[in-house]
Amino acid sequence: MNELEPDYDTEGVVKKFMFVNRKAPYGTIYALEILETVLISAAFDQDVSVVFMDDGVFQIKKGQDTKAINVKNFSPTYRALEGYDVEKLFVERESMEARGLAVDDFVVPVEVLSAEELGGLMDQQDVIITG
Amino acid sequence: MSYELNGKVIEHDEEGYIVDIEQWSEELANVIAVQEEIEMNDEHWEVVNFLREYYQEYQIAPAVRVLIKAMKKAFGEEKGNNKYMYNLFPYGPAKQACKIAGLPKPTGCI
Repeated sequence: MNELEPDYDTEGVVKKFMFVNRKAPYGTIYALEILETVLISAAFDQDVSVVFMDDGVFQIKKGQDTKAINVKNFSPTYRALEGYDVEKLFVERESMEARGLAVDDFVVPVEVLSAEELGGLMDQQDVIITG
Repeated sequence: MSYELNGKVIEHDEEGYIVDIEQWSEELANVIAVQEEIEMNDEHWEVVNFLREYYQEYQIAPAVRVLIKAMKKAFGEEKGNNKYMYNLFPYGPAKQACKIAGLPKPTGCI
């Protein structure tokens, strides 16, 4: 290769991406946009993890019914993440407990971590995207 | 832009994906397939029906890699592979089969 040309070959570069969901599923576009970004990033074979904290824990709550607000209930799509090889899903314990939720209330299997443990995990990431 | 079927107009986007999934029918699938230069046989239908079930369950159209993996799980190695799927849908199994199945363009499709 010509030494003056930059080398753009990024094949095989794997970065640690963490997507942090902090908002309720409906009312704003954040939850759906993050979900679509996660699905697209999975096509690039990156190391992806997804966090649900604050009102973001409601995104994966079972039994969502959106008929009255006339928008699509996209909570079933979180169950497709496994097929996209996105298997690291975390819920912040404090957020979950403050909202009276437990692991059984979610549509997907998650690992529950304390705020402190999550902080440690965030420290190890290359990229953190929050919505 | 639209397909026409029995005097009914069914709108689609610039790539041919129908706008309202509720308007899909097997008859319409055949109309779309003709435009995609595909002659539907049992094997094509198997994939199209599989995709419709996938959409029912997950509310998205899967990326090609995900579709092939799911096919492998459901129907085994001989159908869940690139060669088999590209033979059926030469211009991309997810793209073409989703279009015929009346689903949106696959999510995570690059």
